[in-house]
Amino acid sequence: MAVVETRNLTKIFKQGEAGAVNDVNLATREGEFLVFLGPSGSGKTTLLRMIAGLETPTAGEILIGGRVVNQLSPRDRRIAMVFQSYALYPHLSVYNNICFPLKAQKVPRSQHRQKVEWAAGLLGIGRLLDRKPRELSGGERQRVALARAIVREPAVFLLDEPLSNLDAKLRASAREELEQFHKNVGTTTIYVTHDQVEAMAMGDRVVVLHQGVVRQIGTPKEVYENPADTFVATFLGSPPMNLLEFSDIVVGFRPEGFLPSDLVPGGKQVSFRYRVKYVEYLGAERVLYGNIEGSHFESKEIISRLSWNMPTGYEAGSVHDFSVSESDLHFFDRRSEKRTNPRPYPWQ
Amino acid sequence: MAVKHAKVKSAGAAQSPLLGAAMFGPAVLYIVLLIGAPFLLAIFYAFSDARIGSTHLHYVGLENFRSILHSPTFHQAVQNSIVFTVSAVVIVVICSTILALALEIPFRGRGIIRFLILLPWVAPVSLGTIGWKWLLDSIYSVFTWILVSLHFFTIYNAPMWLGQPHLAMASVVCVHCWRLIPFATVVMLAGSSAIPKEIPEAAGIDGSGYFRTLFWIKIPMMLPIINVAILFSAIFTFTDMTVVYILTDGGPFDSTQTIPNLAFSTGIQGGDLAAGAAISLFLVPVLVAVAYFMLRVAHRAEVV
Amino acid sequence: MRGKWRELGARLVHILVLLFFTVLLAFPFYWMLIATFKQNLDMYATRNNPFLFNLPPTLANLHLLFYETRYVRWLGNTALVGVIVVVITLLLAVPAAYALARLTGNWGERVGIAIFLTYLVPPTLLFIPLSRVVADLGLQDTIWSLVVVYPSFTIPFCVWLLMAFFKSIPKELEDAAMVDGLTRFGAFIKMVIPISISGILTVVIFTFTLVTQDFVYALTFISPEANQMVGVGIPIFLVRGDVYYWSSLMAACLIASLPIALLYNTFLDRFIAGFTVGAVK
Repeated sequence: MAVVETRNLTKIFKQGEAGAVNDVNLATREGEFLVFLGPSGSGKTTLLRMIAGLETPTAGEILIGGRVVNQLSPRDRRIAMVFQSYALYPHLSVYNNICFPLKAQKVPRSQHRQKVEWAAGLLGIGRLLDRKPRELSGGERQRVALARAIVREPAVFLLDEPLSNLDAKLRASAREELEQFHKNVGTTTIYVTHDQVEAMAMGDRVVVLHQGVVRQIGTPKEVYENPADTFVATFLGSPPMNLLEFSDIVVGFRPEGFLPSDLVPGGKQVSFRYRVKYVEYLGAERVLYGNIEGSHFESKEIISRLSWNMPTGYEAGSVHDFSVSESDLHFFDRRSEKRTNPRPYPWQ
Repeated sequence: MAVKHAKVKSAGAAQSPLLGAAMFGPAVLYIVLLIGAPFLLAIFYAFSDARIGSTHLHYVGLENFRSILHSPTFHQAVQNSIVFTVSAVVIVVICSTILALALEIPFRGRGIIRFLILLPWVAPVSLGTIGWKWLLDSIYSVFTWILVSLHFFTIYNAPMWLGQPHLAMASVVCVHCWRLIPFATVVMLAGSSAIPKEIPEAAGIDGSGYFRTLFWIKIPMMLPIINVAILFSAIFTFTDMTVVYILTDGGPFDSTQTIPNLAFSTGIQGGDLAAGAAISLFLVPVLVAVAYFMLRVAHRAEVV
Repeated sequence: MRGKWRELGARLVHILVLLFFTVLLAFPFYWMLIATFKQNLDMYATRNNPFLFNLPPTLANLHLLFYETRYVRWLGNTALVGVIVVVITLLLAVPAAYALARLTGNWGERVGIAIFLTYLVPPTLLFIPLSRVVADLGLQDTIWSLVVVYPSFTIPFCVWLLMAFFKSIPKELEDAAMVDGLTRFGAFIKMVIPISISGILTVVIFTFTLVTQDFVYALTFISPEANQMVGVGIPIFLVRGDVYYWSSLMAACLIASLPIALLYNTFLDRFIAGFTVGAVK
């Protein structure tokens, strides 16, 4: 059972300061692709490193396959890790890089070649075996790192932002390869990233972290459509959700739900007079930035997102009727920032 | 009228070669005059009959070299120079690697320890060596006292650290090592701290224990730096005259004579500048070899 | 539980290694410290424990050193030579390093390496011809012989150190200064040098320590006791006939070594960065 579980996991680096990771409880499911998502400083990498055994927890337990592994060194945990920089051994050939874990684990020599070739074949780098890491492109290095990770047939994969060192164009294809890889191999994987697009595209479930605390765990659909607090609501989705603060609640609606009134389907909706300040033309969509007139939110910038096939005519300076469907509204308690039940509200 | 573009060349372009030459000219001139010229002069002297105070020089061909190569003292000096250098380098590299690994791990009091460890290197050569001269004195040596107290010897048959040929040689090598270990340690530390921390971590996750990671990953990655330490240690030992001069001045019975020390005693104390110059020229092949290896290390580092 | 024992064992080995080397490397200086204050009867009594004061400590050795030898004069000579050589070195090495780091592109690298290689030409090779040159210039037996000769090894070393340092300053800074109206040279004086103060300070310290380390040149060029440097004066003149004034000798060594050690220690990291910048990229 390759399930990773953490109970009350905490890491405090400096006495008296806030912890990097605070009381995290989570559990992976067998074979799933779990994403740790959060901005820098959210503790996601520290969390990953504790699971790997590279950092010692200040409090709490880590379980792999049902066993508490806190006391075990990384090599005894049956995990494999791919670092952000890939950490390939620069003086060894690709073949020897992949073979290194086998030698370290005292796998019989007779099996080395076969296993290395199997791992290399899985990632399509068979022809690169004699090269040195410095002769490889970024994408090829990622594949070598993955081959080295999988050759040990670990119970869990840990990936620390492996795509962030690649340039934008390469990132998309590398992402696709990773998803395909996971489908083929099926090992439980924990993936750390700050990129919410990656998280949504790749994750079976997403763990959203902020300042060392888990804000929400759920499928991409759940965290996007049902954010548990204002942080998750604004972190996922680009452009971010519009938030209006009242005395005791915060109401949010996503830009793609804030549309010209005649484009909003019938049913209960809230309408505003929307003055467009400026427009960003992005090809497949247009993003409007403007203000709601005649309310005490006039100074707050509200964003709307129109797809390319919606009518034009919403230029800078113009004023229109815009609406949001009541079912698209999200409510958060002002003080705790957490999701709360819909309530009547004074708009004007 | 054509518009003149204001040319803002980046600082990398040779905008003013004259300025550049003026700026590094004096330094280069100094080096040529005080290193290049004397070097050529040394070669010139080696083929002449120069003595201290002589006003006329005559060309004598290979005479100086012939008489040197026949001298048993010279043979001993060459042998010693090589033996001392190789021994010192081996000991220094091993000890400094161990010490660097020990210093890598952070611990309290690291700064003080680092200061103490560096003392042999930062203190002027001659002064540290004098300290050792007393520590190795035939009668008053600290080591003698310890050995006598432990009843290994009596005062009357205690070893003469600088008086018996083999012991003297060992003493000279030890003092060289003592001086060089701090230097080499610091260089090794720089090398090992240049290894990105994720690589030993990856090795740990891959299942590699401390020693496997050390020998198969860390040390191979430190090879350029280890080369630098080896080459500098070799140079400092091979071309050093101070330690031998102060400890033993080549004795007893020329057993610790080295090329630089022999050059000094022949050329300056003996007055025979030509012979002294000829002897010192035998340092050159080793220097050239070291320079070659240094360039190779630097070149390889660029390729990476 | 076995892990705990392993950890403890590793810690023990760690401490032992550190202890071993620290004692080995530093104990001669501890020894010098004690010897400085030991009475002669104590020093030369072979049965006495050399590590302790068997008789009460005394200042007599220091008194002898400072009042009855030329030690203070040597310290003065060394300081004077040091200061002058530092000035000469700075005047020549700073512009040279800058020029090589900036102006001559690919060439700069090669000349830089050539300059570094000259550092490998040892004094024990050049001292004989230089002794003749010094005599011919009439500088024999004066400290000026050293003032002239020392820059020959301080300049290459400092050029090399400073080159690495100047290269780390972004070129955009000087470009901005030139756009604002300074000439290239003006940018160098007004922008680069003020930024490089710490690098220049390092060079000053190391030049000074290089000067104090020399033995061969001072020994070869200078005979009279009064004009000698401290590194040569102590071994040559404080050894009097058959009787060694060892305690004073130890005091002399210690006093001359400590300030240099302290200076060196503060700037060590910069020094090592310069040393290894070629090999470790």
